[in-house]
Amino acid sequence: MADFAIVTAIVLTVITAATPLLLAGIGELVAERAGVLNLGLEGMMAVGAVGGFAGAALTGSTTVGIVSAGLAGLLLAVPFAFLVINLAANQVATGLALTLLGLGASAMFGESFIGKPGLKLPALDIPGLTSIPVVGRIVFGQDALVYISFLLVAAISWFLFRTRAGLMLRAVGDSHDSAHNLGIPVYAVRWAAVLFGGCCAGLGGGYLSLAYTPLWTENMTAGRGWIALALVVFASWLPWRLVVGAYLFGAVAILGFHAQGLGVRVSSQFISMLPYLATIAVLVVISRNKLVLRANTPACLGRPFVPAR
Amino acid sequence: MRLDLVPRPEPSGRMALLSPVIATVLTLAIGAALFLVLGVDPARGLYVYFVEPLTAGWSLVELVVKAAPLALIAVGLALCFRANVWNIGAEGQFTIGAVCGSAIPVLLPDWQSPAVLPLMLLLGLLGGALYGAVPAVLKNRFGASEILTSLMLTYVALLLLDWLVRGPWRDPGSYNFPESVLFSSAATMPVMGEGSRLHWGVLFAPLAALLAYLRLGTSVQGFAIKVTGAAPRAARFSGFSGGAVTLGVFVVSGALAGLAGIVEVAGTIGQLRPTISPGYGFAAIIVAFVGRLHPLGILVAALLLALTYLGGEGAQVTLGLSANVTRLFQGLLLVILLGCDTLIAYRIRFERRGRPAAGEASRG
Amino acid sequence: MRIWLRIAAAAAALVLAAGGAGAQEKLKVGFIYVGPHNDGGWSQRHDVARQEIEKALGDKVETTYVENVSEGPDAERVIEQLARAGNKLIFTTSFGFMNPTLKVAQRFKDVKFEHATGFKQAANVATYNARFYEGRYILGQIAAKMSKTGVAGYIGSFPIPEVVMGINAYALGARSINPDFKIKVVWANTWHDPGKEADAAKVLLDQGADIIAQHTDSPAPLQIAAERGAYGFGQASDMIEFAPKNQLTAIIDNWGPYYIERVKAVLDGTWKSHDVWYGIPEGMVQMAPYTNMPDDVKKMAEETEEKIRTGQLHPFAGPIKKQDGSVAAEAGKTIPDSELLGMNYYVEGVEGDLPK
Repeated sequence: MADFAIVTAIVLTVITAATPLLLAGIGELVAERAGVLNLGLEGMMAVGAVGGFAGAALTGSTTVGIVSAGLAGLLLAVPFAFLVINLAANQVATGLALTLLGLGASAMFGESFIGKPGLKLPALDIPGLTSIPVVGRIVFGQDALVYISFLLVAAISWFLFRTRAGLMLRAVGDSHDSAHNLGIPVYAVRWAAVLFGGCCAGLGGGYLSLAYTPLWTENMTAGRGWIALALVVFASWLPWRLVVGAYLFGAVAILGFHAQGLGVRVSSQFISMLPYLATIAVLVVISRNKLVLRANTPACLGRPFVPAR
Repeated sequence: MRLDLVPRPEPSGRMALLSPVIATVLTLAIGAALFLVLGVDPARGLYVYFVEPLTAGWSLVELVVKAAPLALIAVGLALCFRANVWNIGAEGQFTIGAVCGSAIPVLLPDWQSPAVLPLMLLLGLLGGALYGAVPAVLKNRFGASEILTSLMLTYVALLLLDWLVRGPWRDPGSYNFPESVLFSSAATMPVMGEGSRLHWGVLFAPLAALLAYLRLGTSVQGFAIKVTGAAPRAARFSGFSGGAVTLGVFVVSGALAGLAGIVEVAGTIGQLRPTISPGYGFAAIIVAFVGRLHPLGILVAALLLALTYLGGEGAQVTLGLSANVTRLFQGLLLVILLGCDTLIAYRIRFERRGRPAAGEASRG
Repeated sequence: MRIWLRIAAAAAALVLAAGGAGAQEKLKVGFIYVGPHNDGGWSQRHDVARQEIEKALGDKVETTYVENVSEGPDAERVIEQLARAGNKLIFTTSFGFMNPTLKVAQRFKDVKFEHATGFKQAANVATYNARFYEGRYILGQIAAKMSKTGVAGYIGSFPIPEVVMGINAYALGARSINPDFKIKVVWANTWHDPGKEADAAKVLLDQGADIIAQHTDSPAPLQIAAERGAYGFGQASDMIEFAPKNQLTAIIDNWGPYYIERVKAVLDGTWKSHDVWYGIPEGMVQMAPYTNMPDDVKKMAEETEEKIRTGQLHPFAGPIKKQDGSVAAEAGKTIPDSELLGMNYYVEGVEGDLPK
């Protein structure tokens, strides 16, 4: 029974570590599927974190917090979308500028919230189910955003591969010129995808300040946006693989701590390198296999669309 | 109403000049509004930010010292971007360059010879070039996206540096604090004038820019880069190998970033530390674009970005504005600059929805 | 180039002259922080002290600060900027500013510098640090009294002597109460990442610890302890708001009195370079109110604090054994400061290997 307890504990901790990555990653996945690479993930998560904290703190409702986190991320995605879609600005440079903007803006608006405890997103508690040993707390005792993250993955998976709209979105990412010729509104699709990405990144940030650690401090995203970015590639743009990636990443970090606590010496720097090296390895493997590559990699990733006339 | 971009047959010369003006006016307007909101006299705020750093000799020196690594890295990156090769791992190449070059003063602290510094620079160049070659090889050999591999390798490099200065390369006399030994004078960039911070290493930036400018215009490699970037298929027909160009630009930009790294460590810092760069490799990407991928434009753009750093610090010292305002302002300025540059290559046309070919609201 | 330099020198002279003239009326005091001025931890405590200077000395001083300065190549420029802006006393408040401070100090002989936590001095560069380990000894004693499992969790930032001596003092305090007490250490390898700190705290609790201490900046570990019904401590400032029912006490960095003393010294011309290491006796280390504990534990904590204040108790007084059983200090001897500053071993009771 003690073994079960520790496994349950580990899984619970891993879920918390993985959820913000999964939320931000699923949004970025959709944006990239539509052909837009948004390197501003870290900035959008930061404004999401402060937005979520502020929303909850000012209204006393964590639901408002979730909504305002998503909205904050979405809001920051607007100038990015306008620049890279309508003005065909370079996505890499604009994304980096967006990171600066987001980190600066979040710090400025968050100044008055520093040093104050926030509201914590309540865990759902389903009487009867939550008390089932081992599985109960893991499956039925999570907070709303954890469920939202899985719902989003399922929904996006269905949307991308089972609906016409999803097909259109992928077409835009694979070849915006052909999509345009087929009458697909490339701009509109990309706008929607980027805004969705911003909203998800905002939720990911909101998870940090509402559930992970209910507080706000500057730079509390601490590089998670960049990890989420890596995970999207690690997942080779497939939603369910993103879940695997996010949870694997969370597990490595948590198990690293457990090993330390048990007295095993690990060089943290090399453990921290693992996700990046793994991403490179995955990238090499999927890129070698041209069939897989062609099936999943958005060919127009990072390229601006300007309709020919 | 909707907004359409119409590609210009040729980049507009007028817009090339006007775009920075528009961007400046927009930034000043937004900046002034921001200062008003924060309760600072806008005129004074803008003066402290953009003019004051230009009024004193020492701050001009600092401006150059700060801009030099940005420009040096950006010149290399511009070559990549022109060839449509996306190296966003300059931060990593910078770090590896610094680490490789520092190997001599850290491992052989007692070696005092005029050969030390040139060797360090050479190692920095080589280290950066080799590290830059990795994403190029992965791209050529396996087709792996260089955007992502170069970014991932940046994190690997930063962690490697962290491990070195906290572990094997730590100064035994530093009470376990994470830093290497201070470099001896033989391993330090000489300065122009006693007590000045202006070291000779800053000259690498204009030198690289000049070389890039000349080579890009006249050499076969320069032509290959431009053709590969503009029309990859045409390049293949004319016998240029895309793979060779990718490798070439990655190696060159990696080498320049590595050089910037070792110059920064041997010039301004004087030892290896866990943090040796306040994000130079990423800022340089923005510099490259704000400088419109032109070697000489990059020099201007690097000075401009350096100015916002200095101005931001000045604003903290004299106006008591928080550092966040600076970051926000910087982000805004860059976003505006990037947006306005669209006007050079495209005409903007406003169309009423549903009515084809409505009147043009903007003439370029 | 030479003309250019001459212009630079002339301009510099002008600026200096202007600064000199202004200094007659008000002493300008500058600060440089590694984090945001309101980071809720390290930098904020320095900023609070800065405000205390203004409150105490009123119109005799004028203070400014530059925040969020990276410890890389920017530091030297910012320190120089403060010196050129006419600041005659500059506090550089992070270890990584040590060498930049010394470099600027060489060029500005008439400006006094105070560098926190460093080990290099000059005629116009003084260093100061706080004996936080004194507070951690008290935390250890409280932990041993309050813990039911006999295991405490400790989250370290980086294995530098400052942090290692804190862990050891905590262990020595705990084992002075319960000789079997164990301390599990997890290194977060960051000063500030609330998420990671929270993860580390959860892991330690899951491994049987029922009390958490941390040497990182955020209140996240304390929050987690509270969530799980375990006890925790505040770090750098009183964090009782984050865990009203679970914070036992907190170590408060109290730089104010020292800063005021040094500013006064500059004002009356008695400032001299030195290297000080103040603690509870001088008030640089303060304890937050002892809360959420039985009266006898509170009494013990207060007594220990008093003994440290009066010098009857030194946390590193022998006999002390290292983790491997070898002797660190014999009975009747105390580990000297010079050895503490380079401490790179665990004492008995700490589990795991110290990363080297």
